[in-house]
Amino acid sequence: MIQSDRIVRTVCPYCGVGCKIDLHVKDRRVYRVTAPFAAPPNFGKLCVKGRFGHDFLWHPDRLTTPLIRREGTLQPAPWDEALDLVAARLSAIKAESGPDAIALLCSAKCTNEENYLMQKLARQVIGTHNIDHCARL
Amino acid sequence: MTGLVQAFGSGAMTNSIADIPQARAILAIGTNTTEQHPVLSLQIKKAVRQHGAQLIVADPRRIELADFATLYLRVRPGTNPALLNGLAHVILAENLHDQAFIEARTENFDAWRAIVDKYPPERVSRITGVPADDIIRAARLYAENKPAAIFYAMGITQHVDGHQNVLTVANLALLTGNPGVPGGGVNPLRGQNNVQGSCDVGGLPNVYPGYQRVNDEAVRAKFAAFHGVEQPPPRPGLTLSEMLPAAKRGDVRAMLIMGENPVMSDPNSAHVRECLAALSFLVVQDIFLNETAEYADVVLPAAAYAEKDGTFTNTERRVQRVRQAFAPPGDARPDWQITRDLARRMGAPGWDYADPASILAEIAALTPIYGGITFDRLDGDGLQWPCPDAAHPGTPILHTMAFPRGRGLFSPVQHQPPPELPDDEYPFILTTGRVLQHWHTRTMTGRVGGLEFLAPDERVEVHTQDAARLGIADGDWIRVTSRRGSVTARARVFNRPQRGVIFMTFHYAEALANELTLNVFDPVSKIPELKVCAVRVERVPAPEGVSLES
Repeated sequence: MIQSDRIVRTVCPYCGVGCKIDLHVKDRRVYRVTAPFAAPPNFGKLCVKGRFGHDFLWHPDRLTTPLIRREGTLQPAPWDEALDLVAARLSAIKAESGPDAIALLCSAKCTNEENYLMQKLARQVIGTHNIDHCARL
Repeated sequence: MTGLVQAFGSGAMTNSIADIPQARAILAIGTNTTEQHPVLSLQIKKAVRQHGAQLIVADPRRIELADFATLYLRVRPGTNPALLNGLAHVILAENLHDQAFIEARTENFDAWRAIVDKYPPERVSRITGVPADDIIRAARLYAENKPAAIFYAMGITQHVDGHQNVLTVANLALLTGNPGVPGGGVNPLRGQNNVQGSCDVGGLPNVYPGYQRVNDEAVRAKFAAFHGVEQPPPRPGLTLSEMLPAAKRGDVRAMLIMGENPVMSDPNSAHVRECLAALSFLVVQDIFLNETAEYADVVLPAAAYAEKDGTFTNTERRVQRVRQAFAPPGDARPDWQITRDLARRMGAPGWDYADPASILAEIAALTPIYGGITFDRLDGDGLQWPCPDAAHPGTPILHTMAFPRGRGLFSPVQHQPPPELPDDEYPFILTTGRVLQHWHTRTMTGRVGGLEFLAPDERVEVHTQDAARLGIADGDWIRVTSRRGSVTARARVFNRPQRGVIFMTFHYAEALANELTLNVFDPVSKIPELKVCAVRVERVPAPEGVSLES
């Protein structure tokens, strides 16, 4: 049995129950997932996804670099170029067509802090209330 | 959520997962709990098996939870309001309602009763397909055993009258005095792990963080002062279901999509693709190149949950710490850094967040229900909002003394037939959902070998008698066609679905139920009708190259 280096307590990425999970970690791998028995909301229990559904973290399909579409295909690009392009295009579209010509989707899979920043980007920086996510799906 | 806001003034699960075993009766309606909220379902099973609670399960499919039920109601898709009105009718007729609670804590009872009077069990039975005796029995089980908790999920909300569905759920709890007590309440089960949190912090077009309305002048003034800029006009922005047609019309020209996959998750996929293709500029932030990224001009690689710090808020309003286990792969970055760096490039002042803790501090300062929530306080169990200040212990049960709107509001609701019903050409109802082993559009679970082994492909659930009539055997390939599209998949023939109704998931891109579903939306909640559309089913030969054994 592989011995993990450390145990990190976090929250399962799947359903709204939000089970507390202990990831047994070595390098960039999760070798085992357990749950604390004395803590809500799951009191030590996990489902098949929470217990075994973490291999996607190191799947070779993971995106590892920004991509910019050039001549029809998405091609690797440095962060600075990608972010400069997004900022320039959004600013241009806002200037041409107004802030409501831009719409943003935040995510029920991202943290509170990330969702907060996305709605602040919409309302303060772009100037639109066109912000939503898949709460209805 | 809009339904509970109307009835109570706050749209969230009223009770805690830990108090479920205190329930004497549980009504689970439109929730496939054992597959969609598996660990919470263990508490329901515990209430039943160890504490003798009476469980009533109402669902078009004979789901696993029905095996634990005192009474299972096989309700026709799209008829929940009639069923719930019927339960209320019986409770009133048999004088099982809580008169003291109704007088002390509710309003609009008489107007509501006038409508409910029109739903005697015989009529409700004709609409719902549930025997009248079972309607009477369910009403008695729910009303005679207190406290009684109601659990519901997308089977209630994903209808063109989903808002009205929720109102009928709330009406039933108000009638029996079940809000505000341990083991009682009205408990919508939120789907995604942080759908509660993303709503809480203002990821909605009509509210700032903490459900502060965009059309409230005091709220606007507060955020104008904080943001240092004039606020957008005081009307709600576009919901997701409105953004897409706006893109097709050219009113919306650019979209920025963080961690979402609308090509697969939204109804009528062909329509979604057409809308996204019409955009001048599309940015996708994700951990994988999902189906939506095919339309992107720029794709930004994000960190997954185990690669960042922050907080998630679960269905019982519990804010919990997310902790980084290791660094993201390659050049991928957490979404909070991506958004911060983009805002800085667009010239925004004050976006100097060093870490998620400083962002949470800003959320707490602007969001009364999160006012006392800081990273330091979340090392133990977490905190359930509302938690207004640093000394507040959090709130396990809502509405114990009063409702946020004051009195609970009874809302009259009439049965309305679903927008698309079976006919000669499309004789079946298609209803959609998920399975235990996969998550939403399978971006994550499709890349976990063990889960793919357990649930490798779409299996369309068809009732045995329907299958016999159509010459379909278990495992046969079938084509399912609606007015919007057609998909091919294998059939699973058994008696979980009811006759005339088939079931599919939206997990598999190669056999996607959302090619078929109807993009008609609830006028209030803007939730699509994903639970009822009309389809045709026929047996087809296996596609070439597919082994019969696989």
